[in-house]
Amino acid sequence: MTSPHPDRRALVREGLAVGLATGLYGTSFGAVGVTSGLSVLQTCALSLLVFTGASQFAFIGVLAAGGSPWSGAATGLMLGARNTLYGLRLTPLLAWRGWRRAGAAHLVIDESSAVAGTASTVPDARVGFLVTGGAVFALWNLMTLVGALAGTALGDPRTYGLDAAVGAAFLALLWPRLQDSSARRVALVAAALALVLVPATPAGVPVLAAASVALVAAALPGRPAPTEGADA
Amino acid sequence: MTTTWAALLALAAGCYLLKLAGLSLPTGVLERPFVRRAALALPVALLAALVAVQTAADGSSVVVDARAAGLAVAVVALLLRANFLVVVVLAAATAALLRLVTG
Repeated sequence: MTSPHPDRRALVREGLAVGLATGLYGTSFGAVGVTSGLSVLQTCALSLLVFTGASQFAFIGVLAAGGSPWSGAATGLMLGARNTLYGLRLTPLLAWRGWRRAGAAHLVIDESSAVAGTASTVPDARVGFLVTGGAVFALWNLMTLVGALAGTALGDPRTYGLDAAVGAAFLALLWPRLQDSSARRVALVAAALALVLVPATPAGVPVLAAASVALVAAALPGRPAPTEGADA
Repeated sequence: MTTTWAALLALAAGCYLLKLAGLSLPTGVLERPFVRRAALALPVALLAALVAVQTAADGSSVVVDARAAGLAVAVVALLLRANFLVVVVLAAATAALLRLVTG
């Protein structure tokens, strides 16, 4: 009775909260970016133009490990492919065409897709998508700059454990994706394959090679859906 | 430096086109089981490999050092449902502290 759009208010609140939380960890991206050898401008350009956290972390992670920028970009691109999947799900919910669709595309990320996906009508989905995507974009970029400026003042990143922070950041991004046992198997095999390849291949290659584990897993026939899987 | 910029801009263009493709392709693409399973499994495999390499690779050798301790603390924090920033800061603090203590 109190509000004509209770759903929409909840979506806005959720979107702003997600934006704040995600934006704050932009600080860690900024700091790690400059300590991986990028300039402040390059670190900020990643957040502005790539704007999908896992791909950005992958790019700087490969660079920090001594890999070439191109293998970093290839890893980042493969991680960015999940945004295509989100877009496919969002298309009927957002129902935008033309320049609106072209503009909205830049905001298609984990967080905006998750919030918009909970809406039940097109107007609600659009509000949830724009509030979340906009809040994350503004704060992620602002905090990247803050982190990058702080990072340049730090000196050796190892003293502050920033090298350990990168691994933890990837784990935190991975964690919510490990709900079902087939995902956990893919993760374990991919991690093992990457470690086996570390001594044998140039930096950056082990991670790229691990993508093959996902393709093999996807090609295996007769996988039960996670909801029907009884194995643990 | 120029190579880094070129790769960075290529990544930006590619990531944007991947997002736009999702909003532009016919929805039926998602219904192909292989596409769906691959799109879900790809980030899992890549992120797991990145965790492993970031934590245990030192140049071309595999080592267990302060980063592994940081990752172990991150696992505990995640099990306790800590948020992203807390997980990252705790991992960094653990590795930094361990290095401070062990010299």
